Amino acid sequence: MSIIVKNLSKQFGNFKALDNVSLEVPSGSLLALLGPSGSGKTTLLRIIAGLENADSGQVQYENEDVTQQSPKDREVGFVFQHYALFRHMTVFENVAFGMRVRHRPKSEINERVHELLHLVRLEGLHQRYPSQLSGGQRQRVALARALAVKPRMLLLDEPFGALDAKVRQELRQWLRQLHDEIHLTTVFVTHDQEEAFEVADRVVVMNKGHIEQSGTPQEVFDHPATPFVMDFLGNVNVFHGRVENGMAMMGALNIAYPDYPHAESRNATAYVRPHELDIEHAPFGTSSLEARVMQVNPAGSVAKVRVFSEEFGLALNVDLNLERYAELQLKPGDLVYVAARRVRVFMPPAADYAI
Amino acid sequence: MASHRILPGFRLSLSFALTYLCLLVLIPLVALFTKASSLTPQQFIAAAWTERSRAAYYVTFSSSAVAAMIDTVLGLMLAWVLVRYDFPFKRLFDSLVDLPFALPTAVAGLVYSSLYVKKGWLGQFLFPWGIELAYSQSAIIMVLTFIGLPFVVRTVQPVLESLDADVEEAAACLGASRWQTFTRVLLPALFPALTTGFALTFARAIGEYGSVVFVSSNKPKETEIAPFLIIQKLEEFKYAEATAVAIVLLIASFAMLIVINTLERRTQAANSAAN
Amino acid sequence: MHSIPKHLPTAKVAATSRSRSAQEDPWWVRWTLISLSVLVLIVLVILPVANVFYHAFSNGFGAYWKNLTGDPATLHAIQLTLFVVPIAVFANVIFGVAAAWAITRFRFPGRTILTTIIDLPFAISPVVAGLMFVLLFGARGYFGPWLQQHDIKILNAWPAIVLATTFVTLPFVARELIPVMEAIGSEEEIAAISLGANGWQTFWRVTIPNIKWGLLYGVILCNARAMGEFGAVYVVCGRIIGKTETMPIRVNTLFEGGTAASYASSFAVASLLTMLALVTLFIKIALEHKTQADLKEAAEIQQTE
Repeated sequence: MSIIVKNLSKQFGNFKALDNVSLEVPSGSLLALLGPSGSGKTTLLRIIAGLENADSGQVQYENEDVTQQSPKDREVGFVFQHYALFRHMTVFENVAFGMRVRHRPKSEINERVHELLHLVRLEGLHQRYPSQLSGGQRQRVALARALAVKPRMLLLDEPFGALDAKVRQELRQWLRQLHDEIHLTTVFVTHDQEEAFEVADRVVVMNKGHIEQSGTPQEVFDHPATPFVMDFLGNVNVFHGRVENGMAMMGALNIAYPDYPHAESRNATAYVRPHELDIEHAPFGTSSLEARVMQVNPAGSVAKVRVFSEEFGLALNVDLNLERYAELQLKPGDLVYVAARRVRVFMPPAADYAI
Repeated sequence: MASHRILPGFRLSLSFALTYLCLLVLIPLVALFTKASSLTPQQFIAAAWTERSRAAYYVTFSSSAVAAMIDTVLGLMLAWVLVRYDFPFKRLFDSLVDLPFALPTAVAGLVYSSLYVKKGWLGQFLFPWGIELAYSQSAIIMVLTFIGLPFVVRTVQPVLESLDADVEEAAACLGASRWQTFTRVLLPALFPALTTGFALTFARAIGEYGSVVFVSSNKPKETEIAPFLIIQKLEEFKYAEATAVAIVLLIASFAMLIVINTLERRTQAANSAAN
Repeated sequence: MHSIPKHLPTAKVAATSRSRSAQEDPWWVRWTLISLSVLVLIVLVILPVANVFYHAFSNGFGAYWKNLTGDPATLHAIQLTLFVVPIAVFANVIFGVAAAWAITRFRFPGRTILTTIIDLPFAISPVVAGLMFVLLFGARGYFGPWLQQHDIKILNAWPAIVLATTFVTLPFVARELIPVMEAIGSEEEIAAISLGANGWQTFWRVTIPNIKWGLLYGVILCNARAMGEFGAVYVVCGRIIGKTETMPIRVNTLFEGGTAASYASSFAVASLLTMLALVTLFIKIALEHKTQADLKEAAEIQQTE
């Protein structure tokens, strides 16, 4: 079942949570709503579920307009950030709840609950109370409960937010597997870009109530559409400079920029990820920046080097792979030359300018 | 926790508190039980279980139970309205719930005795319908309901406030109607608080004297409550009989206290385990 | 430390400012419940209070004033209440602070039993409480003969009234202070000791400023209950007109007087007690804001640690 969201807006007091947001979630996909807190991602999810009413706009499931429907009638599986398990009910009763309120026959309930507990690998724990479970187990009960009523879609609000790192990792992979098995249209909210990229097959990056970019994880990571996305998806080095005549001049870094062939000079900002910078002991290429090594930290999967360019008063983070690091034998105080393999240039939007 | 002994005053504060409790609470209690134990079991039963005293227990416990039940229903409704809805003068109404705590019971008794008589503010409307509350057991129940009103509200209110909205949303997403959510999710969560409130109201009501003596006709075997009987026996200088009745009352109160404590501990345990 | 609200206050605020559609009841349910609740409070609480003043002032302010001041027995009852109550409240404040200090600042065997014993007077009928003092100090009581020999009068005199009142109101201050002191914790006091303060300095400069609103709250409640205590005092005071009657007992005597005049006087005295209740309520609301703010602050400080 696909989800279509058209021109949603929502305001809380003076705070604009959603500003004219439109989105389509293809049937059977696993989509991540990614963004910092306050970006409107949770509000969007809650409006899709009917837990919040939009000020304007429309929500459709396939061709059915559900904007005015109450959550009770939407048949949506929703998993809450803090699970929202019924603490006075056993695991069994929690999972059975949706069927009980629909007055399904006992035998059917029994069968379905055991089937789901098997699916979430919690067989044998059906008599436990939520307080007797670990965080990861509670999360899986919440999931089983949401799936028990055979929902039309699954919506998860920060599903792994409250878990510790190791359990989170396991559950991510498990959620991916589960989705591959049951192919239910799934939307989950997260502020963790790593999580979004690892689990989802589509990522929607949100900021300040609007969508910055949506696409496959690969598209979003390789071709960030805006400085915000670039910045949000990981560490970046930022250079301020100008563009003119198909060139971007960022201090010592001069890069070809064919997107802007005009003669008129404009302000621009260049973003370079730490792993896209390289270090040599001698000047190299057309433009390399002279800098001094401040700190080296080779502990981890890459060596993190921090250099400082006195000429431009600029500190840069460089990630080197460990072989390269071993080759260079860097020490704090070394004079080195830095060049960028890849640069993304963004020009601030100018209203009076038209290409 | 050894670190707590860094602070001074342990011996001073504890010995003062214990001495105070001994003088004011324990010695009088011991006196009561010593007096009771001076009776043989037969004597005790003869004193505590007469026809008149049985009637008095019945009036006391049945009135208290009915009042506590009314208060539980009203208290749940008031707590719900005060927590969930907004309406004009809400803060005023919220604080009025505490008035029965602050109002001396003698005043409550006095005014309730005047409200429901034939020419009273409320009696004038009720009498034409044949509802005569004054001086009957209904009057006792009315005034006990007033006295106990705050207990259920004030025990349920914080629990209702602390319930996460998530849980209700989860129920709605799973297809439960508002009523199903209330009966299957909210009511069970409020149940311990409701029981505690009921027990507090009941315990308070069985000991109540000041207000009841005004509104009841205090007729033996009809509208006489157990505390009134104790005073009657005292005025006849029948200390042993008074003590026997008091012991029955005391045991009932202690049982309620134990129930309340267990319930409170259980709610706290449940709450802390879930966090 | 279960008494500290564990929710992040900011999250709570954000949650309540949202309109949770799943938590909303239909308008007719809301309307019915609100009307019913308001009706209950009007019939059960507001009407009675109004009725007290209506009866008290039914013959005008002059008659009201005369009812209060014209009768020496009534005046004496007011004086006796104003004499007895401060003693009982003061004793219970000292006890409450000592008990709360011992219970919240130290761990010792029997700590939970102690907390339960403090609650006992709540569970004992005031009449039974009175009876216990009669059994101790009455003419045929355990200490009665000895007291008579030494010509000490306790029963049917003010000492018994003080004892009974103190007994009935014993838990109020302690019960109010224990959760407050538990929530505040002892870190500040330990810090004061480590900075060289002695016990009394720590208590007066650190503890008291931290608990002052909670303490005052306990005092207010204790005072209201003490002034209004009826059952226990009724049993021990002997009800000697003009000598051992407190205000609530006076209300009863006048009520039983049977004449229209004494009935009006009874309501006049009751109106004073009602005003006391209203003032108590007013102070209570003001203090609740203070104590809640204090607790919240304590919780926030602990969270940031």
